[in-house]
Amino acid sequence: MSTTDTNSARRNVREPSFGFWWRSYAMLVKEFIQLRRDRVSFAMIVMLPVMQLVLFGFAINTTPRHLPTAVLLQEDSDLARSILKAMENTAYFRFTHEVHSVAEFDDLLQSGKVLFGVEIPRGFERAVRRGDHPALLVAADATDPVAAGSALGTLNGIVQTALAHDLQAGDPPSTPFEIRAHSRYNPAASSRLNIVPGLVGTILTMTMLIFTALSVTREIERGTMESLLSMPIKPVEVMFGKIIPYVIVGFVQATLIIGIGVLLFGVPILGSLATLALLTTLFITTNLAIGYTFSTIVQNQLQAMQLSMMFFLPSILLSGFMFPFAGMPRWAQYIGECLPLTHFVRIVRAIMLKGATIQNLQYDTIALIALMLLAMTIAVTRFRRTLD
Amino acid sequence: MNSTPSTAPDIAINVEGLSKSFGGRAVVQNLSMQVKRGSIYGFLGPNGSGKTTTIRMLCGLLTPDSGEGTCLGYDIRRDADKIKRQVGYMTQRFSLYQDLSVRENLEFVARLYGLSNARQAARDMIQRIGLNGREEQLAGELSGGWKQRLALGACTLPNPQLLLLDEPTAGVDPKARRDFWNEIHALAADGLTVLVSTHYMDEAERCHEIAYIAYGNLLAHGTVDEVIAQSALSTWTVTGDDLNGLADELSGKPGVDMVAPFGTSLHVSGRDKAALESSVAPYRENRGWNWQHGDPSLEDVFIDLMGRSKDNFQ
Repeated sequence: MSTTDTNSARRNVREPSFGFWWRSYAMLVKEFIQLRRDRVSFAMIVMLPVMQLVLFGFAINTTPRHLPTAVLLQEDSDLARSILKAMENTAYFRFTHEVHSVAEFDDLLQSGKVLFGVEIPRGFERAVRRGDHPALLVAADATDPVAAGSALGTLNGIVQTALAHDLQAGDPPSTPFEIRAHSRYNPAASSRLNIVPGLVGTILTMTMLIFTALSVTREIERGTMESLLSMPIKPVEVMFGKIIPYVIVGFVQATLIIGIGVLLFGVPILGSLATLALLTTLFITTNLAIGYTFSTIVQNQLQAMQLSMMFFLPSILLSGFMFPFAGMPRWAQYIGECLPLTHFVRIVRAIMLKGATIQNLQYDTIALIALMLLAMTIAVTRFRRTLD
Repeated sequence: MNSTPSTAPDIAINVEGLSKSFGGRAVVQNLSMQVKRGSIYGFLGPNGSGKTTTIRMLCGLLTPDSGEGTCLGYDIRRDADKIKRQVGYMTQRFSLYQDLSVRENLEFVARLYGLSNARQAARDMIQRIGLNGREEQLAGELSGGWKQRLALGACTLPNPQLLLLDEPTAGVDPKARRDFWNEIHALAADGLTVLVSTHYMDEAERCHEIAYIAYGNLLAHGTVDEVIAQSALSTWTVTGDDLNGLADELSGKPGVDMVAPFGTSLHVSGRDKAALESSVAPYRENRGWNWQHGDPSLEDVFIDLMGRSKDNFQ
């Protein structure tokens, strides 16, 4: 009989030490080499962001309504209330928060929970009646100038109408007080400042999604899946091996887009670069995980492309990148909350234009992590380990 | 036939009653087989007979609809992971990465199996399969014979106990085919078990044991001599002039199941020896032909088995 001792043969079948890492690493090296050989994909990594940035150099105009607004009410007077009522009647403003300190007020604006803040100072009504011409502060988050602009434009007119009821005939005529509108974060109301950070997310969504959406179907169509499955690799190892190279690719792309944004369009980065890098990497990984999930669901590369496009379109339209999120109907906002781009658009605008910290962005960060884990779980369970 | 799957140490593959169907069409039906360790087991049968499906069930790539068995002592349903570590599977179609070089493909496999020094293992294998000088060539640019050597190298790299080779020599020239078989015999001599599917009769004759499968059913198995003896086929070999005319006249006569030209001779075979004798008797008088009664060739046996299984299963 054979020279092989069967007992030793069965003992050989132990899991090799660090097996998980070796197998994931094997997959990763392979993917990197294949990416390097695929010149078209390689060119796309560089050309796509540059072309999109140059092409999308314009803004989209809309007049959003019911924008979330915070009130810092330091005086509870009839006049103050009718001013607020009049603002709400324009349908541009919706009072969602009432705060009691300037710190809270600033925090709401910075985290993007509200787009406007109205401050009614102490002794406002008395000052108006005395004819002191006091100032009413309306602070606007102008990172999205389209959303803020039209609402700010209505302010003067409506306050006048509101006052007609409350001020008696003997009061000083015409403008009894001043509205001091303060466009925060983007004082020049430049739409580029708004578009460029959003583009970072849009371009990354498109490229990352497609890279991984094709990865499993490509193995099946080229016939290499058969030998891959006959080897001792686990679904989670295949997934990591296929995602990690593109995290690096995505990071290079993001650096390129943000670099062009800063150098060519003069977009500032007010927040921490490290936070931006960290959350951008999270967003890249989330998109790669979703693309990879698509790839385990579809039958061929064409379907993978179609599914990616079906995901990409709502991402552009409902994420707040193209149209102000606050202006969308409720059902559309719910869909938007399920898209990683929505959260990343908020994150990247907040960090670059408002100097937000990771504490300000807890909700969106957690949402991205949740979406990533959900996609990975589906992918690992969907991955077929046999050819059945 | 032994009916209980055992984990006897000298048995590498032991399966019982394997069945698999795709979309309602039975591809493998109630297939049982045993392969001894260290032997070369030939797997023969026409296209679409279920050879590839059987091989895929053995290495865990497909789950059988029914039936059970062991591969290297591991349950083919439950222990697919362990089987995969010990089995090298060479697919019918080249399934390594065409856009990776010879070296990169081998290193990939070595890392997947957790070999401690993947680079060295790949280098050694390149030497062994004679691909030195082509290490950096992309696998997709290799000729058929070299691709086949690379594929064999890749599936023997992790030192498997069992090789499953699915038509490894299809489309390969005779010299490369002979080298390949010498390599397989060398591996078997080292204790490796090899299950190889093929269409070539000369390759079947190089196997220690063969099995013939058609329409999902195992029709015959054993050594080449045993299979020929089991067939109970009686064959006359005729040489002489106008064999084509003779073939036309003989086919359809009682007892004549098969008439097949082999170069300058004609094989006339039948299962009913007496009926065959009486049918050919008139022609044996003719001086122009030389008649010899002999053993059927393996090909005669297979064509006969195939023809019969068609009647039984279709």
